[in-house]
Formats: sequence, C-alpha cells, structure tokens
Amino acid sequence: METAHKRPNYILIWVYLAVLTAAELALAFELPISRNLKLVLLLFLAVWKALLVALFFMHLKFERWNLRIMAIIPLPLALIFLFAAMSEHVW
Amino acid sequence: MTHASATVDMMQPPYPAERGLDVYNTKLGMWVFLASEVMFFAALIGTYVILRFGAPGEWARPGIVLNIKVTAFNTFLLICSSVSMVKAYASIQDGDRQKMRFWLLMTILGGATFVGIQVYEYTHLVERGFLPSGVREGSELAELVAQGTLPAATMGLYGSTFYTMTGFHGFHVTCGVISMTYLFFTKALPGKYTRQDYRGIETVGLYWHFVDLVWIILFTIVYLI
Repeated sequence: METAHKRPNYILIWVYLAVLTAAELALAFELPISRNLKLVLLLFLAVWKALLVALFFMHLKFERWNLRIMAIIPLPLALIFLFAAMSEHVW
Repeated sequence: MTHASATVDMMQPPYPAERGLDVYNTKLGMWVFLASEVMFFAALIGTYVILRFGAPGEWARPGIVLNIKVTAFNTFLLICSSVSMVKAYASIQDGDRQKMRFWLLMTILGGATFVGIQVYEYTHLVERGFLPSGVREGSELAELVAQGTLPAATMGLYGSTFYTMTGFHGFHVTCGVISMTYLFFTKALPGKYTRQDYRGIETVGLYWHFVDLVWIILFTIVYLI
C-alpha cells in the first residue's frame, strides 16, 4: 500500500507546457504546411499537453490502478458517444 | 531540499482511506464527478465537431474573428495557475502553511484574471458584432461577411458553438475560483490544513487541473484549428 516515490519537477512540466503552447501557435499561424497535417499535429500537441497535466499535476502517474481505471473509463465512453453521434449525422 | 529531490509519499493521504479502495471519500467523489465532466465536455466538443465538419460551407478561419494573442496569454495564465495549485499542494505536504497560502492565493488570482480576460474578450467580440446567433447587421464583422472574408452560411453555428463551449468552461473556472476562495478563508487562513490532513487542497486541486486540461483541448479546437 505504501507508494513512496520522487516528487515530479513541477516547474519542468510548466516549461514543457509553455513550450508546447508556443509550438502550437507557431504551427497554427507560421508554418506553411497542409491543413490536414496541421490538424493532426495540433491535436497531437493538445493531447500531449493534456497528458502532462493529467499524469503529473493530477498525479495519475503515481496513483493506484483502481483510480487510474476510473479516470480512463470515461474516455472510451466519450469516443463511443462521439462516433455514435457522427454515424447518426452521416446516416 | 528542493521539490524535485524530495522523496515523499504523495499518494498516501494521511487521512484514513476507505477500505477496499485505498482512497478517501472526497477524492473518490471528485474523480467520479470528473468522469461525468468528461462526458459533459465530450458532448459539447462532439456537437461542435459534427456541426463544423457537417456544415453547409466553409467555417471562419481562426484569427479573423477571435483575438488569438489575448487567448494565448489566457491559456498561459491558466497553465501557470495549475502550477501554483500543485505548488500549494506540495507546500502543505511539506507542512509549510505559509507557502501553501501564498500559492493558493496565486491560483485564485490567476483563475480570477482568466475569467476577467474572458469577459473582456466577450465584450470585445460582441462590440465587433459576433453574437451567439451569428453576426449583427451593420457591424464590423457584417462587412467582412459582405466582402466574402467570412462565410455567411456558418456564422450562426460558429457563434452558438463558440459561446456555448467557452462559456461553460468559463463557468467551471468561476466555480473553481469561488471554491478555492471559500477554502482559503475558511480552512487555509485559519490554519486548518496540516501535513496530516490536506484533503480540501488535493480535491479542489484535481478539479482545477481538470479545468486546465479541458481548456488545453478547447483552445486547440476552437482557436487554432
């Protein structure tokens, strides 16, 4: 039950988040690349930032599995919901 | 000893955990609530995606209607407030009440400034003629629609989805600021948090980081794509 571990370097995570935000802005408005590639890269960066917040600020990286599962469960549910709504729209 | 090098038992709250779950009730309750919040925002984002990509015509390009620079600063501010929240949490874990109060106050100020900037953004957008129902006749944006810079067909969808998503997020930030202010005056200031019991800080911290996480996604899909 004891889970002693090193505390993450929060300032380093903050630097990562700031740099990734700057990269997003540069990607969105400066880089002359195709719109579809831009879309994929921007979503990738957003997910990367969201993961940093969830894993290190919300401490999911250090939590027990029962709590991690609770945090993960709504994600596939949200995707199912999204695809169901999209298929309804296409249909 | 720096935070980076300190070895602590972070996920082992000193307060007795519930049997079988190893988590105390308020923290478990917050995670269940956040799970429902994921579904709530998935509904909003899903609706936006369907309306945008199924729209009859082009969508306004980012940067024409919205002020990206101001919102980018606001995004950075929210990220900073997330860091100050986690620093408040780390401080009380170390038993440093003074630092905890300072970082919690910084988080409250960061959140309140975010909401203030969002109100400024809304006011500015409405002045330019961007409404939840679309573009106001005779406004600056109506001229851009007339010139063909903005698509007339989808401005109503754009306005309604923009204000719904960012408005609900702003409401969440406001709730977070009110909760933290309440905790600051009723628990943090009178010194009720100790290194043995800091449940309120951890629980409200989870909520605050979630609000930051949602904004990271919203900023990308609403302002950059």
